[in-house]
Amino acid sequence: MGFAAFSFYIFALLVVASGVMVVFARSAVHSVLWLVLAFFSSAGLFVLLGAEFVAMIMVIVYVGAVAVLFLFVVMMLDVDFVKLKAGMSSYLPIGLLIALVLLVQLGFAFGSWEVTDIALAQRGAVTPDAAEVENTMALGDVLYTRYVLVFQLAGLILLVAMIGAIVLTLRHRPGVKRQKVLDQMYRDPKTAIAMKDVKPGQGL
Amino acid sequence: MIGLQHYLTVAAILFVIGVFGIFINRKNVIVILMSVELMLLAVNINFVAFSAFLDDLAGQVFTLFVLTVAAAEAAIGLAILVCFFRNRGTIAVEDANMMKG
Repeated sequence: MGFAAFSFYIFALLVVASGVMVVFARSAVHSVLWLVLAFFSSAGLFVLLGAEFVAMIMVIVYVGAVAVLFLFVVMMLDVDFVKLKAGMSSYLPIGLLIALVLLVQLGFAFGSWEVTDIALAQRGAVTPDAAEVENTMALGDVLYTRYVLVFQLAGLILLVAMIGAIVLTLRHRPGVKRQKVLDQMYRDPKTAIAMKDVKPGQGL
Repeated sequence: MIGLQHYLTVAAILFVIGVFGIFINRKNVIVILMSVELMLLAVNINFVAFSAFLDDLAGQVFTLFVLTVAAAEAAIGLAILVCFFRNRGTIAVEDANMMKG
């Protein structure tokens, strides 16, 4: 067994095991940490496949952003996660049944997979020779030319998601004193200052 | 020799784990969201494996878009979750019944 095959089996085992642990972990924080391990080892699988750029993006986006987001939310919410686990065993049989059926179906679909010549002729963007053009460069060559419109749309999705997340979580607590810049700017001396003629010895 | 079938097997198992996680954690929305992320990861492994074995870069390009949508989905989902927790004080799925659906 060569080094590539050995590392494939290590990474594959890690992905599957940490996936199982995400589902079964006792606390949600542990689930997130297992999720991070799953992402890391799948990045290893991507490196083995020769997709270095996707692997690094995987680590940056998933481990650096999505998993941290999950951690933030898990730690921010004051929820008893053990209590939420309570009814888990009652769903176990039906879940196992559906998982088994789905696995057998996927096995049928992928078990007898063959690549025809038609599929090879219909390729959208043929990979250039890895010795001449490295993966990141080749990906950039297609991404910014053929798929530039979809690339822009992906950016638009992120913008909409960002605005949506901010709007959803923004809240104004009543009774908190804030600086109101517009009020300060529209304030003028005529309404702000009142001149009083104070008689001596009488006061106001 | 590691072929396409090996990667497809790993992806299929991971996808099934994701579906299983959704079924088994019926109450905990956070773990359901994580299971969805696992399923998207399985899809990404499929895309990259086909891309590598068919010598077609389109698969890797599409993986980037799946990644984008997954990140956006996680952000929006968690924002909705925070909003829901503020209003109801719980994240159990069964309590999400205000609209009687």
